[in-house]
Amino acid sequence: MQKIRRDQLIAKASELLENGTVSCVLGWGAGEFGYDVTPTVFKTTEDLKAGFVFNDFCGANFSKYLVAKTQKLEGKILVFLKPCDTYSFNQLLTEHRFDREKVYAVGIPCEGMADIAAVKAISGEGVSSINEDGDKIVVTTIYSDKPVIIDASKVLAERCINCKSKKHVAYDELLGDEGDVIESARFDEVARLEAMSADERFAFWQNELSKCIRCNACRDACPACTCEKCVFDNPKSGVENKAPANSFEEKMFHIIRAFHVAGRCTDCGECSRVCPQNIPLHLLNRKFIKDINEFYGEYQAGAEVGSRAPLVDYNIEDLEPGEVFDRRNENV
Amino acid sequence: MSNINDTLIPTVGVITDVRIDTPDIKTFRVVTPDGKKAFDHRPGQCAMLSIPGVGEAMFSITSSPTNTEYMEFSIKKCGCVTDWLHQAEVGQQITIRGPYGNPFPVDDVFAGKNLLFIAGGVGLAPLRSVINYCRHYRDRYGDIDIVYGSRSKADLLDYKEIIEEWSNDAGVKVHLTIDNPQPDWDGHVGFVPNYVKELGFDTDKTAVLCGPPVMIKFTLEGLVALGFDKTQVYTTLELRMKCGVGKCGRCNVGAKYVCKDGPVFRCDELEELPSEY
Amino acid sequence: MFKCSLDKIQSLFAEIAKEAKLYMPVDNADGTASYSEWSEGVQWSGALNTTKSPKDFFFPQTEDLMRFKTEGKNIEVVDIRSESEDFVIFGVRACDVKSFDVLDRVFLTEPRDSFYAMKRKHGIIVSTACTRPSETCFCGTFGINAAEPAGDVSAWKTEDSLYLQPNTEKGRALIERLSALLEECTDDAVNAQKENVAKIMDKLPLKDLSTDAFGGGKTMELFDDPAWDELSSSCLGCGTCTFICPTCQCYDIKDFNTGNGVIRYRCWDSCMYSEFTKMAHGNNRLTQKERFRQRFMHKLVYYPENNDGLFSCVGCGRCLAKCPISMNIVKVMKRIGGNKGE
Repeated sequence: MQKIRRDQLIAKASELLENGTVSCVLGWGAGEFGYDVTPTVFKTTEDLKAGFVFNDFCGANFSKYLVAKTQKLEGKILVFLKPCDTYSFNQLLTEHRFDREKVYAVGIPCEGMADIAAVKAISGEGVSSINEDGDKIVVTTIYSDKPVIIDASKVLAERCINCKSKKHVAYDELLGDEGDVIESARFDEVARLEAMSADERFAFWQNELSKCIRCNACRDACPACTCEKCVFDNPKSGVENKAPANSFEEKMFHIIRAFHVAGRCTDCGECSRVCPQNIPLHLLNRKFIKDINEFYGEYQAGAEVGSRAPLVDYNIEDLEPGEVFDRRNENV
Repeated sequence: MSNINDTLIPTVGVITDVRIDTPDIKTFRVVTPDGKKAFDHRPGQCAMLSIPGVGEAMFSITSSPTNTEYMEFSIKKCGCVTDWLHQAEVGQQITIRGPYGNPFPVDDVFAGKNLLFIAGGVGLAPLRSVINYCRHYRDRYGDIDIVYGSRSKADLLDYKEIIEEWSNDAGVKVHLTIDNPQPDWDGHVGFVPNYVKELGFDTDKTAVLCGPPVMIKFTLEGLVALGFDKTQVYTTLELRMKCGVGKCGRCNVGAKYVCKDGPVFRCDELEELPSEY
Repeated sequence: MFKCSLDKIQSLFAEIAKEAKLYMPVDNADGTASYSEWSEGVQWSGALNTTKSPKDFFFPQTEDLMRFKTEGKNIEVVDIRSESEDFVIFGVRACDVKSFDVLDRVFLTEPRDSFYAMKRKHGIIVSTACTRPSETCFCGTFGINAAEPAGDVSAWKTEDSLYLQPNTEKGRALIERLSALLEECTDDAVNAQKENVAKIMDKLPLKDLSTDAFGGGKTMELFDDPAWDELSSSCLGCGTCTFICPTCQCYDIKDFNTGNGVIRYRCWDSCMYSEFTKMAHGNNRLTQKERFRQRFMHKLVYYPENNDGLFSCVGCGRCLAKCPISMNIVKVMKRIGGNKGE
């Protein structure tokens, strides 16, 4: 369960609204079933009390919303940022994607967010309520009088199981205690793919990417994808959104996207969270992060504003292209 | 399966003549490979033309249905398909399918009426079909007034036909205007909506409007100011289309599909629709 | 009414598959289900429904329409349509069966779409009643009974048996062909299940969702509702809702140059996409608000206006489960048209 409570967030937001620091609040809006929260702009304390939620299902990363919202909304926007969101926040600032002066960022602690599919795998369908009780999630369904009690730690989203940091790298104000950068096992799955033969790996990705329906949700949710006009939306590119003309195109879409965000991806995991087909898209990006770490030294995109990413920087110690080229012979 | 027609499968057409009308409009004459008209149509209807590998787009059929030999399309260069067509030569084959949409009610509502055609720029293209139809059956209609304007003299579509044919017909009055004065022009200068108001037509007419959305908007306001009822005014809309038969789902305005329920609308019908066009 | 013991269901599948390709929901490794072709050993999924709807069978995400051969200035249009073979889609839920009616009214209205019609003619639908609907289910709102699915054959699965009821000529022919594996029976077990499911349906959280504010003729009343701004404000403009929706049928037609001729194909399109209505000289739906509004107005107002009041939503709940920001038709129906709250 989250250490920070809804009431504390509403109190903070109300205070900032009422003292004129901010004119609106980007927060999580209540849904129908407790788990289906929607990013929502709140303008008054009454709005907050009526519709603001904070629970184990508030996974959406708000950083990218700031690009559009700071252009559209008047005054300062209060945004609540979980530790992983702050990396995207910094990365967007590094890329000059929004006006920092128009944002008041409140860092909030995060104990990891739940994956509703994992919850339902235990509780079954027909959820009628979801509540938190300590480190348990209590689910009632229409099929049983008895609630199902689940360890919150057992239903974490993949990105939270492999959380890379509980530390906020950006904020104007912090609620709760600051955490630390974590030694996570997030590259284990990448290493497992690397250990495969080229054929096995190809088969793995062929299988995963063949599920793609080209809904573009991964791109549209990705905080690193903020081009004003994506090449995949351009009818003249011949590879515009919608369906692929052949099975190669869907792979091309994801591979080009992975290359385009390489060095800028903070590993926030939104791509995999939003994929309706459960394709582990974050693994493509993590492969790039792992390679960059190994070739150019540890680098975390978004850790600081204005840092020069290895792929857009040059050092005399940098890896020679030939060394990369030689890797083609590994794991064949 | 070739015995089952599917409207999405086009037939082949051949461009047999290309006329340069204005700096950015050309008129293409199209027949089937065996020299016939691809299909019959009514005034105001459209056809899908395509170049394989480039794309397909909807165009109004510019020639009158009374022309039994060929069809003509006046096309402004403004996108992939039109760019390609503009560099096409005589003998080039394209594909054609249609006709699509509802025509102007030339045989019932328009019959016996005085007619006022108002067009701006390439907006004359869809009206040329109706105008020539009404000229062909001249005795079925009352007086015909045509107000047509464009940016400059060179941008007036069908100028030769207007001067040499339309202007010489009994009971047909042509009122031309261009946006800005120029040395070889002694006609009216000014925008179409203003010219319509200056001309001050009697309200005993049925009006047909076609042009850029802003021209349609202000001309319609002008006509209403002159005392016209919106039920007396027709126009034709253009939105992005893919299928032409109300299935691909993109050219709707409210519950109406421009390809199938339009493109011809009576202006009071448009008032019942959201202004999403 | 006919029945087949669940012990013999693989034999039943084998018998169906002898003469027609057989597709059914099959479990994926990640806990979801999708329609796959049955072959020996493939197990029918017990999942409530598939992530993608079965509209693919009749209206595939991409489909070649024709080929062109070009030489110099000449073009030849090559008709690549061929008579397809019979196939059986097994285990289709009541909502998805209804979605075929919605699609039929688009594709089978004159001028008929021969590509869709061909597949529809050869597809045999064996539906299956739901016994454990989810909180995201609201088929009842659209007059669909999850316990009484339509289709060529309706099926009910109980603890030990599969009950089958043919509804159409195609369905009767299929049942006839399977008769060696079936026994005639009363409908007592099925009626008991229907009663039980009716009680469950009554507990569903969305059971009171109303369509009263919607329907043909409501365009002008709802189009400028101020709630559209707020509802659409977080929409990512992705195509998830449209692509998993069983009734979304908007499509694009595109050409693909193979290097050896041109293939003209059709693919699903989404009104949520920025280019959907873009023309060379402008776009009549410039912001996500207009695109978002189009999707819901189409399902709840425009489509019913053109189709005798039938809504083009079947309450399958896929968009509720899959929208990245959890914005969906239920939230729209509860807000638009003064339908605030319940």
